[in-house]
Amino acid sequence: MSTLLDVENLWVKFPTRNGVFDAVRGVSFTLGRERLGIVGESGSGKSMTGRAILRLIRAPGMVEADHISLEGQDLLKMSEKEMRDVRGQRISMVMQDPKFSLNPVMTIGDQIMEAYRLHTNASKSVAYTKSVEMLEAVSIRDPERVMRAYPHEMSGGMGQRIMIAMMLIPNPEILIADEPTSALDVSVQRQVLDIMDRLVKERGMGLIFISHDLNLVSDFCDRVLIMYAGRIVEVCEADKLHEAKHPYTRGLLNSLPRLDKPRDRLEVLQRDPAWSEAPSVSGRI
Amino acid sequence: MSDTQSLRAWLLTETPTSRRHAKLSALYHGWLSFRSNTMAMIGLLILVALVLIAVLAPWLSPHDPFEQNLGQRLLPLGSEGHVFGTDSLGRDILSRLIYGSRITLYIVALVALIAPVVGLLVGTVSGYVGGWVDTVLMRITDIFLAFPRLVLALAFVAALGAGIENAVIAISLTAWPPYARIARAETLTIRSSDYIAAIKLQGASALRIITKHIWPLCISSLIVRVTLDMAGIILAAAGLGFLGLGAQPPSPEWGAMISEGRRFILDHWWVATMPGLAIFTVSLAFNLLGDGLRDVLDPKAGD
Amino acid sequence: MNMLEIKDLNVWFGHSHNRVNAVKGATFSVAEGESFGLVGESGSGKSTILRAITGLAGQWSGEISVNGMQLGKKREKSFYKTVQMVFQDPYASLHPRHSVDQVLGETLSLHGFRDLDARVVKLLDDVGLGQKFRFRYPHQLSGGQRQRVAIARALAPEPKLLLLDEPTSALDVSVQAEILNLLVDLRKDRGLTYVMVSHDLSVVGHMCDRLAVMKSGEIVEILNVAELRQLKAQHPYSQELLQASL
Repeated sequence: MSTLLDVENLWVKFPTRNGVFDAVRGVSFTLGRERLGIVGESGSGKSMTGRAILRLIRAPGMVEADHISLEGQDLLKMSEKEMRDVRGQRISMVMQDPKFSLNPVMTIGDQIMEAYRLHTNASKSVAYTKSVEMLEAVSIRDPERVMRAYPHEMSGGMGQRIMIAMMLIPNPEILIADEPTSALDVSVQRQVLDIMDRLVKERGMGLIFISHDLNLVSDFCDRVLIMYAGRIVEVCEADKLHEAKHPYTRGLLNSLPRLDKPRDRLEVLQRDPAWSEAPSVSGRI
Repeated sequence: MSDTQSLRAWLLTETPTSRRHAKLSALYHGWLSFRSNTMAMIGLLILVALVLIAVLAPWLSPHDPFEQNLGQRLLPLGSEGHVFGTDSLGRDILSRLIYGSRITLYIVALVALIAPVVGLLVGTVSGYVGGWVDTVLMRITDIFLAFPRLVLALAFVAALGAGIENAVIAISLTAWPPYARIARAETLTIRSSDYIAAIKLQGASALRIITKHIWPLCISSLIVRVTLDMAGIILAAAGLGFLGLGAQPPSPEWGAMISEGRRFILDHWWVATMPGLAIFTVSLAFNLLGDGLRDVLDPKAGD
Repeated sequence: MNMLEIKDLNVWFGHSHNRVNAVKGATFSVAEGESFGLVGESGSGKSTILRAITGLAGQWSGEISVNGMQLGKKREKSFYKTVQMVFQDPYASLHPRHSVDQVLGETLSLHGFRDLDARVVKLLDDVGLGQKFRFRYPHQLSGGQRQRVAIARALAPEPKLLLLDEPTSALDVSVQAEILNLLVDLRKDRGLTYVMVSHDLSVVGHMCDRLAVMKSGEIVEILNVAELRQLKAQHPYSQELLQASL
């Protein structure tokens, strides 16, 4: 399998009044044309990892790594201008809440067309047809009406599909999705995931899927990195997640209430300080 | 050394042990983030210096600010015994500036006590109660806002009579509407939050919710706004003084001093420039302080 | 006797042509000591029912009675001694400038208690926080700890009926387990009645005895948890929800 992205020894640091806080501590992994899940609780550094790849950590936060190479090119060595071309064109990102990612005073059509023309210099009419096609690809019925609509007229699920459409228009090699479905209802969640799945397969993209939901990741991804306190504690095949060995992963799985296995009390995760001390497991292939 | 170390640790703790400890710790955190803002610290230092100068005026000033000496009128900067020169009646400008700081502080303090309090009251009541109360209060606010500030202040002073107290009242009357607007806008967002719903579920009265729950959150942004407006208030007071409607001669009010110096501005520029510089410095200090306070106090920018 | 009885409840916001009907003809009852779940997707009106009971939401028609008392348009002070609510987002439900001590102390004194110190300490112990959290401000607490404070606040007046509005949906799963366990224990110890709103069927399945499935403002089905576990939902929409959460 060809490697799209290779991250070696990634650190994200934030200076605070009481010393430096390490949000991500020495994480290494590779991404091929696959669906790679990153799971963990809030504060585990999973979102920071996604942002660090695109160098979206704002000062005073710092990103350090031996390398973050996108098909051999080190992203850390690029100028800010070159990075802008990478963002969106080669690596796209979908955030949790579409409400905050779409401009409320522009029609959806204008926003998608702008995203497209930013990267291609295409004429307006080409951009329009392309945008309509893209909306159709994310299973939006009546795309022409949606093109004229404003973001507040859309439901959460529609908004998220539009975001995905926008992100996929420049045909990126990698899509980073940070909790793309956690603001959505379960029934809509499935549809959005199916769309992402289909697009990733059809276009041969690499997908980094960041989520707190173990079951979702286990269903949807090929490979899973489990993060705890800024480090990877376990790497496993997604369909074998339920056989995970690490006590943290096991604890997370067992703390979920389940309809098929009623219990009086839920298991409570007992955190072992040794987990955060142990060196990061490599997610490289 | 170890004493200060442990005091610092005690203040920075995440696990306060008493009410007082928690309050002090919160204050210390605020102070630390304020201190890291150099410009704000400069502003604060200037204002502390201003207060000290006002308090120590009789000891600091080399001459009596009212003593006239027509033999030594309009002396230039750096003259012997008169560092900032003298004015048209031979009074020492430095001494007058030092005594003038008392008047400036007096105006600032009074306006800062009246305008934001009125604004806070009107704004929070209007925002929380809503309905026709809101409509009536906000239309009154609109009426005040529709007049240019200095013109309205002029009208009030003309009606009340010239003098420093009336100038303060006039400025306060024209200064409260923006605060009412801010307080109302904040109240509208706070009103619909879960923590207000939660305290309503304890059966709290509207009065308690406004004073204990909404005010503490509005006050910080008002303080910021007031500090930023202080420059304007000093200028308005100076403007009234300049027009002869504020402090009356021979009072060493800075605006009035500029007004007197105006007649000689071409030949004896320092007579008007020195009080001008004083106004400029203090206004700037308030602006710097306000910017720093915004970083510390504004709940929206923090965390 | 039923702790909560709701008959033909309609809740709406706005006037005439802007009117939005959030709840349409909801009818259900919750026995004393029972735990009842309201399940549905966002916008289904499940939280609005809770807010209507507490008097926080829009206009309503129909009948609501709590502990045998019919509710009018205004809530008596005694009502809040019987009914309390825990909100969804612990980051939004605590006043940012009030310490834990202030939050609990004010609540207690509003309900006329005098021995504040002892009661605050007791409440903190009851929700598993302990004394050392007493003087902290919300920003010094984690999400789970905040939600414990919110639960302590709701318990302060010693209510009989606790309304839980998605109490764990903003929390991590491991923290969710702790909070759910705490809620189970509290119900057992104090004989509380719960009405819990959630979008997560497995959480409701764990916490509740019976549940109502809501869709666009209407209750489409009321079933007990045994039926839920055996996937014996009747209505196609409940079936769909069940499938999605397995």
